[in-house]
Amino acid sequence: MGPSEVHEQCSRRPQQACGANPVRRIIDRYGGEPEMLIPMMQDIQAAEGYLPREHLRTLGQELHVPLSRIYGVATFYASFRLQPKGEHTITLCLGTVCYLKGADRIRDAIRDEFQVPPGGTSPDGKFTFAPVNCLGACALAPVMVVDGEYFGGVSPASVVDILRKVAAGRQPAECAADAGNRQEEGREARET
Amino acid sequence: MSTVVSKLESSRDLEEYRSEVCGRAARVDCTVRVCCGPGCLPKGAAKVYDGFVAAAGGPGEKSVAVSSKLTGCQGLCECGPIVTVSRLWEERGDSPHLPERPATNLGSVPGCAQMGTGYPLGAFFPGGIFYQRVRPEDVAEIWRESVEGGRVVERLLYHDDKTGTAARTAAEIPFYRGHCRVALALCGVADARSIDDYIAARGYAALAKVLASMTPEDVMAEVTRSGLRGRGGGGFPTGKKWRSARDAHGEPKYLIANGDEGDPGAFMDRALMEGVPHAVIEGMIIGGYAIGSSRGYIYVRNEYPIAVDRLHDAVLQARRMGFLGENILGSGFSFDIRINRGGGAFVCGESTALMASLEGRVGEPRAKYIHTVEAGFHGKPSLLNNVETWANVPPIILHGADWFAALGTPKSKGTKVFSLVGRVKNTGLVEVPMGMTLRQIIFDIGGGIRDEKSFKAVQTGGPSGGCIPAACLDEPVDFDRLSELGSMMGSGGMIVMDEDTCMVNLARYFLRFLKEESCGKCTPCREGIAQMLHLLEEITAGRGRPGDLERLEQLAALLEDTALCALGKTAANPVLSTLRYFRGEYEAHIAQRHCPAKECRGLFRYRIDAEACTGCGVCRKKCPVDAIAGQRKEPHVIDDEKCTFCGTCRDVCRFAAVTRV
Repeated sequence: MGPSEVHEQCSRRPQQACGANPVRRIIDRYGGEPEMLIPMMQDIQAAEGYLPREHLRTLGQELHVPLSRIYGVATFYASFRLQPKGEHTITLCLGTVCYLKGADRIRDAIRDEFQVPPGGTSPDGKFTFAPVNCLGACALAPVMVVDGEYFGGVSPASVVDILRKVAAGRQPAECAADAGNRQEEGREARET
Repeated sequence: MSTVVSKLESSRDLEEYRSEVCGRAARVDCTVRVCCGPGCLPKGAAKVYDGFVAAAGGPGEKSVAVSSKLTGCQGLCECGPIVTVSRLWEERGDSPHLPERPATNLGSVPGCAQMGTGYPLGAFFPGGIFYQRVRPEDVAEIWRESVEGGRVVERLLYHDDKTGTAARTAAEIPFYRGHCRVALALCGVADARSIDDYIAARGYAALAKVLASMTPEDVMAEVTRSGLRGRGGGGFPTGKKWRSARDAHGEPKYLIANGDEGDPGAFMDRALMEGVPHAVIEGMIIGGYAIGSSRGYIYVRNEYPIAVDRLHDAVLQARRMGFLGENILGSGFSFDIRINRGGGAFVCGESTALMASLEGRVGEPRAKYIHTVEAGFHGKPSLLNNVETWANVPPIILHGADWFAALGTPKSKGTKVFSLVGRVKNTGLVEVPMGMTLRQIIFDIGGGIRDEKSFKAVQTGGPSGGCIPAACLDEPVDFDRLSELGSMMGSGGMIVMDEDTCMVNLARYFLRFLKEESCGKCTPCREGIAQMLHLLEEITAGRGRPGDLERLEQLAALLEDTALCALGKTAANPVLSTLRYFRGEYEAHIAQRHCPAKECRGLFRYRIDAEACTGCGVCRKKCPVDAIAGQRKEPHVIDDEKCTFCGTCRDVCRFAAVTRV
């Protein structure tokens, strides 16, 4: 077998949700190779927002991999989720720089304000809270991302403010524009 | 971005194609480069780029031919989004298709005079007008004034804090002095999505050279002679590793690029993979040829979606052009690359854990009695290098080992990319020759400490590294010296801390990180880190006991001696290095129950400065436990008996009247 055939598939972030028989389609995407278990699980999660139990069971049967091993993988890697996601996802960076600039207090503020434990979902299903080790956007520390929208230089008060607006139905992108403008005004005010 | 072309079948085809691409570039009057790197993108750089694309494609006759490029990181993240506007004569000087650059343009580049002129260092960082903090609404003005009019928009230039002067080009900005881009040579210059841009700057020329005129032995000899050492942190000689992989028995051989940049506070690899994905790919193909492998893998962090997409697109482009696949450039050599995403586990940066993860298993490391170059991925010989190491290979081949070895120190050759972050004025991405001192990097390039505070320490090497104090600022940065100082090079994160950072708390942060990331396979790491963390939590909570420091040191020695993998073996470094340089701070926490940096909650008090307090009453109203009393327009007072040290009063005071003692 030539290298091109082996490397036929390049894992890529799937752009759309799976249709009918989603697991089968994802398995086919990787030629049914059991070593591609992790990319397959990533694709299932990208489509469904989490790893539904039934999907994992199907995956195990199709690949002849014990469910226990799949469960082991699902719980070992921080990015996998076994519970459904809330309406919005809050990603908070807890990297060194963000931590030095108060990210732990921001984490506590989010937890207390929306009753959402780090790694969990709020009781009203509005927010899933996913603290991560580092987003690699250290120059903007502390950084929070809501549904893919970045908020840099945040504080406990500003994240609560932003998230309240998001909970009330505003788009994260609009809030980001607001926050950006305010930050800019603040900077100009300091400079003058 | 690239036009549809048939596969290139030989080096000659590549040269012809390059001429064609350069010819097209020469018909452009003006190039606009919008930095969409890790720092600029979240600040709205994509909208700025879209603005330029829309302006270029708008209705009406255009007076100038403009090329808008979406580039990788240009370095000065602090001032993002960054936009440069350059005229044709300010573009690369080494292309025969472009007019000669006036000698006075960029001037010399300090620190890189020895690098010669053959390499695209003229376009070291983009020439032309350098604009900072550009907002989408600024695009129209830049277009009208600079692109069409050739004039400068003064208000968007970089202004030097110290001298107050405006810089027209990057070369005039102190941050860029001393930079020496080798791995990142094209990052911020080439369009990050375009293989044509990469080829125009002699991309894949190193591969063509290797396939046309070098044997695998020649390639290995060249890499060995260059003195290149692994950029992932270990600093193992790359040539030696390649040699072992080539000599190892077993087929097939695998080749892996480690892009699982897990160190918090580091984004060099992210910038590299997003900015110049083809440099990593070209390095890997050359490596594959040298060791006799035809299968490459790139393992990228899942938290870096843009890097995943860029690499994926780059692999497809390279395949289409014939740099990947069967019979590359007609040489008979075949190689292809697959991209795998990580799952968010720090330990997967360790080679054996990474390979386990690639096999679809839990990322647990194994003991390395047998090295992965002999039996790694699927039990076959596997050569793993960091993405930055791979990106250094093409320049070494193209310009020769001697050129590379002339940079850096006797034992650490070449350059290193660092992410300079924390309490430093100019946060950003820097690539400097090895051997530059910490002071030069932090104060000359980084501009010193923010907010008039004083420098306390710099943390290098991530959770496996350590803190280096002010007394060692004049030490040169290379692999061996940093290890002697109790830290390590690591992948290149450089986190600057000021007087307000508590070193004990920082050690606690790293230990907590490592406890969560320990895979749990070996007892010393699983239990040892947990116990060290417990001691640190007690100390930072004011419950430290005499003998705790000795207990920490004992546990540290135990971890180093007995842990299975590098995560555990080096886990104590954050504690040991802070104990070495800041022992007094630990002792103050234990003996006086006081945090000298006033960071550990409960180990300092809040006071209201009667002079500064205006009696506005905001803190009184916001205090969750009613610990603040005072009449309106009179100085307020905090009741220490009631205070829970939450710090809300300090956050809400607009007059900086709440202090810590």
